[in-house]
Amino acid sequence: MTTETAPAALTTRPPTTPPLRERLGDNKVLGFIGRLIVQRPMGAFGAAICIVLLLTGVFADVIAPEGYNAINPIDRLKPPSAEYWLGTDQLGRDLFTRIVHGAQLSVIVAFAATSLSIVISAVIGITSGYFGGRFDMASQRVVDGWMCFPDLIILIVAVSVLGPGTWQVILILGLLFGISGSRIVRSSVLSVKQNIYIHAAQSMGASTLRILVMHILPNVMAPIIVLFTTRLAAVILAESGLSFLGLGIPPPAPSWGGMLSLDGRSYMFQAPWLAIVPGVALTVAVFGINMFGDALRDMLDPRMKGVGSGRYVAAVRRDRPSSRQSTGGTAQ
Amino acid sequence: MKDAVANQPANTPGETMQKDPVGGLLQVEHLRTVFRQGRREVKAVDGISFSVNPGETLAIVGESGSGKSMTAMSLLRLIPSPPGEIIDGDVFFGGRNLLDMSEDELRDVRGNEIAMIFQEPMTSLNPVLTVRQQLAEPMRVHRKVKEEDIEARCLDLLRQVRIPDPETRLDAYPHQFSGGMRQRVMIAMALACEPRLLIADEPTTALDVTVQAQILELLKDLTRQHGSSMILITHDLGVVARYADRINVMYAGRIVESGTAREIFEQPRHPYTLGLINSMPRLDASEKARLLPIEGQPPDLGNLPTGCAFHPRCPFAVDQCRQQDPPLEPYQGHHLKACWVNVDD
Repeated sequence: MTTETAPAALTTRPPTTPPLRERLGDNKVLGFIGRLIVQRPMGAFGAAICIVLLLTGVFADVIAPEGYNAINPIDRLKPPSAEYWLGTDQLGRDLFTRIVHGAQLSVIVAFAATSLSIVISAVIGITSGYFGGRFDMASQRVVDGWMCFPDLIILIVAVSVLGPGTWQVILILGLLFGISGSRIVRSSVLSVKQNIYIHAAQSMGASTLRILVMHILPNVMAPIIVLFTTRLAAVILAESGLSFLGLGIPPPAPSWGGMLSLDGRSYMFQAPWLAIVPGVALTVAVFGINMFGDALRDMLDPRMKGVGSGRYVAAVRRDRPSSRQSTGGTAQ
Repeated sequence: MKDAVANQPANTPGETMQKDPVGGLLQVEHLRTVFRQGRREVKAVDGISFSVNPGETLAIVGESGSGKSMTAMSLLRLIPSPPGEIIDGDVFFGGRNLLDMSEDELRDVRGNEIAMIFQEPMTSLNPVLTVRQQLAEPMRVHRKVKEEDIEARCLDLLRQVRIPDPETRLDAYPHQFSGGMRQRVMIAMALACEPRLLIADEPTTALDVTVQAQILELLKDLTRQHGSSMILITHDLGVVARYADRINVMYAGRIVESGTAREIFEQPRHPYTLGLINSMPRLDASEKARLLPIEGQPPDLGNLPTGCAFHPRCPFAVDQCRQQDPPLEPYQGHHLKACWVNVDD
């Protein structure tokens, strides 16, 4: 039966036969990366961009050791050169340094807000989907009500109440995306809870909390992971949008959106790089995350298995009794 | 290898010798479970009473929708509610009424003293957890088994259910097992806390015929070894004949006939039982003999006919059957039937 798991296993399996667990471990991680590169080259490209973004964020102080607010009035509005790789702004600050630190800021906000939103989505989605009945009814109507308001209005109101700042932005975006994402988690919980193993766990005397954490949560991890990657890009964009409008992270913090708005727009004709560089950075980051997220979704969703050949493949695979479990197993 | 098990005795006399007022291990009285669909009320289990003695295998047979599974689910209060609800009855287990227990008390009984095996081995194991994690779960929930003992206990359970090469299988995922092997894992999970009663809800329906026999033999052996009782729910009379001590025949949420396996097969006294036996293929019948199906459809449980629920399909029906509901009454000793007519072979 182990041969059924994935064709990729054949190439990654070492010649000697180690214990089953190790073999599966190899199979999962390496096999997944291998399949990503072969089946979804754009996804792999996106993954590479994400890794670069992440590393830039983590090592920002190493890559650009000078402070992002180091002012050098003599060299203001200099075009890109050997000394200032991406030029300088109206205060003579090095744009490269600011972009690198902007990446750090984006990464922090994106991960913090997305993590918060995922926790909110998981808690609301799992409890609402699992308990069902009146609780589900009540919580879903609250979610409905929340989603009736355009995001921007909620954001503007929240920022005007809480004031601008990094933590405020993280909190608001986390809440905003968390509540709308709970729908996706809830719908997968609705299908997972129909499974007999949930019933079996109840019949075995497992507590409700145990069922939620041990049985439901691991089975809805695939959509949660996908939600995470797609929301990352959305959060980066939303943060930039807020900063652009002056509702996000206030200057002089090097937010990409803020740089586009304040410096970029004011000096667009004298120093176009001030608008172009943060714009490109933002586009590339969002593009990379989206590509990676799409590929991940396709590969984690058993119904979208089989490159491009669509429904026929999906239908055949669904009919094979063990394919669902086996793909789920290898993907995670 | 046995000693790890012996250290956690579930059925030591001191622990389980509670005085039982009604004699049997399990005593079900007037159990009534309904499902509500808007205004409609579907009587899934309609006032049934039966008992299970220690060490005995009781079979509940009947067509799909006759309330067999719902009876089993009601015993452990696993009915999805709403829409389901147990509206009446008592379930005494070891002297305590399961229907009066708090959710916490009941949780102590589930999986510990009463364990359940489900119909679909393909989906009754969690696909993302290894066999080790799932086998250990009942022990973690109910017993304070030391972590270092859990592995030995899991291995022992897998050996008991005759899974070859248990050391390597322990860390495998359910999708790496065949249906029969998964059902063995389910049985191992059910036996992990050595329950006094095992409820097997169509344990072999989804399996190949050759595997069916193995699984049933295994269940029989293991319940005998542990001295557990078993409620075997099935629609397969062949299974019943071989493995059950006593049989309850259910129709439309009621028990229509109850007796020992021998009584039911040799002297069926309810027309429905008779119909079930006649519709069973037999190797010893002459080649020309035809199977005799029971005519008609099972009734709509939300809209039962007046009188005996079986009368529209019954070849023996008389006027009384259309008007009055027959009670379940002794025919001979413990052989009970719910029929106005005296059916002879």
